[in-house]
Amino acid sequence: MEIVYVYTKKRSEFGRQCNFSDKPAELHVDILPDPSLTDNFIDRDPCDVAIQCTQEMSEHEVNTERFDCEPCGINHVEGGWPKDVNSQEMEQTIRYRKKVEKDENYVNTLMQLGSHMEHCIRQNNTIDIYQEYFEEEEIVEEMEGQPSAKTVNVFRDPNEVKRTATSLSWHPDGSCKLAVAYSSMEFQKVTKDMSYDSYIWDLENTNKPEMTLKPVSPLVCLEYNPKDSHILIGGSYNGQIAYWDTRKGSQPVEMSAVEHSHRDPVYKVIWLQSKTGTDSFSASTDGQVLWWDIRKMSEPTERLVLDPSKKGNLDNALGAFSLEFETTMPTKFMVGTEQGVVVSCNRKAKTPAEKIVCTYSGHYGPIYALQRNPFFPKNFLTVADWTARIWSEDIRDSSIMWTKYHMAYLSDGCWSPARPSVFFTVKMDGTLDIWDFLFKQNDPTLSLKVCDEALYSLRVQDNGRFLGCGSQLGTATLLEISSGLCTLQKNEKALATAMFERETKREKILEACHREMRLKERSRSEQSKEDEAKDGEAEESAEELVACAEREFYEVVEAEMKKRGKDDKKEKEKYERKLGKTVSNENIFMFTDYLNTSSQEF
Amino acid sequence: MLEETLKRIQAHKGVIGTIVVNAEGIPIRTTLDSSTTVQYAGLLHQLTMKARSTVRDIDPQNDLTFLRIRSKKHEIMVAPDKEYLLIVIQNPSEYLLPQ
Repeated sequence: MEIVYVYTKKRSEFGRQCNFSDKPAELHVDILPDPSLTDNFIDRDPCDVAIQCTQEMSEHEVNTERFDCEPCGINHVEGGWPKDVNSQEMEQTIRYRKKVEKDENYVNTLMQLGSHMEHCIRQNNTIDIYQEYFEEEEIVEEMEGQPSAKTVNVFRDPNEVKRTATSLSWHPDGSCKLAVAYSSMEFQKVTKDMSYDSYIWDLENTNKPEMTLKPVSPLVCLEYNPKDSHILIGGSYNGQIAYWDTRKGSQPVEMSAVEHSHRDPVYKVIWLQSKTGTDSFSASTDGQVLWWDIRKMSEPTERLVLDPSKKGNLDNALGAFSLEFETTMPTKFMVGTEQGVVVSCNRKAKTPAEKIVCTYSGHYGPIYALQRNPFFPKNFLTVADWTARIWSEDIRDSSIMWTKYHMAYLSDGCWSPARPSVFFTVKMDGTLDIWDFLFKQNDPTLSLKVCDEALYSLRVQDNGRFLGCGSQLGTATLLEISSGLCTLQKNEKALATAMFERETKREKILEACHREMRLKERSRSEQSKEDEAKDGEAEESAEELVACAEREFYEVVEAEMKKRGKDDKKEKEKYERKLGKTVSNENIFMFTDYLNTSSQEF
Repeated sequence: MLEETLKRIQAHKGVIGTIVVNAEGIPIRTTLDSSTTVQYAGLLHQLTMKARSTVRDIDPQNDLTFLRIRSKKHEIMVAPDKEYLLIVIQNPSEYLLPQ
């Protein structure tokens, strides 16, 4: 029921001040009880009411006054003397003492105590009961059971629209902070409300990032300056480089000029070692490697075009995906390209043509990670397509060691800074593999499924114990690996050296063999050319080559399928024997699939 | 007889001093100087009482038989009794001097 009060007012009276006046009470509304409404209610019978007969208490807090404590020593004064003996007087005390000594009880007690005491004194003189045995020997810790890794913390992208965590960088000292760069790597998937921010996380606090970095364009890579832990440099999606000072806030201190920056996303930026600590260089798929001095970001200090024909032709250039720089070898650096080729360059070369020293080819896809072994700088690890390969600088044609072809693409990898034979890789199916090639060469020593989405980046902390991986949905996971995988085992360096040398030698021998074979072929074909000079066998046209390749491919596939069919049949028979009855084909399929995925086959 | 025992104890290798204290904390016999004796007597008496009461609180049928306190510089050994306390301070072994 609406209660409405209407009044009228002359227009000329609008806006006038209110004049209040006393009025007697007026009854405006009187709502009488309506018994018919009781039909809408039901009497509650019985009523359940809780009653407690207690004292009403209220909570009070009292903080007593703190009492101040002060440590101080006590200087004991002689006491306990009986009343008649004055402790100051020598005579009296001596007399008292003599009296006590004559007491029989005293003599007996003391004899007993004396013998007990002597035993302990002698014991002390004989052996040292607290001696530590085997102190000089190194405590050889056995590998505590299985190597393991466990997730310590998970840092999720606080934004609604999730971006990929494309790069991680540990804080150079103490490693209590992790900088993560977020961007969307999928072509043209950037939406209007996708934030550009990248974050610095404090490892203890997973709810909120410690600091936000606000670039002009999302950052693809981010690195802390190893010399100055407040400075970070980031390469962004639009090709610009920017650097931040964490003391100065979230905005970049300076950005490189757009005209002189890269034309493609900057995939990797690394700090160089220099006296000023301000030099860095960056690589991008536009084919250039640029050197920057952060004090002057308006243009790069140097430029290198990755043209394998050494002409500096940008059209020919290989797109760079990863960079490698080792501070112990400051004049050399390596670039991993989109085309699957690793280019080794010399910084100090006089002409651009000489800058590119040599190339290593062997991968089928872009090289996502490239790193020299921290203990053996001559060997480096590349992670690309479905394998990870270890190379030796001397052998150009092929890698010396490589992993098998996996089912998922490998997206990042790095060596362990603590052990020369351990390296980590992450895959697009969300697994992290830890490889120890002194322990097992065919498979990773430990394979962990970190998350369901693809993992894009990986970074190990300098002590080798913690590692962070970034995933497609922007989740950075912090894992701790067991001590067996991050403490140097005895003989490990020697064994790793021996393995590297052995593999290098093998490759060298193979290379030599190939060369010989090629020479032989060439000399043979030259001879045959001389004999049949006019026998011009028409070159197979391109189509025929393609048809030939297709045929071969299908033959291989069919052979494999036949083999699998045979294996299936064998498995089925084995299974039937086990169960003692025949099984339908479907069940067998599932069973063999399970077998296949659990390692043996590849 | 008693004298010989006490002299023998004092003569052992590494023994720095010997003190005999009675139940009231009065040093009856000592080979150290007066102020050190008084300190040892007072402090160790209290500590021994505390140790004894601890042992007996845990198990009333148990009793304290010996108390050894090893410190960086030496070892203090206390042999308690109902009425008296025999305290010996020893330097465990020469080759074990403070590491």
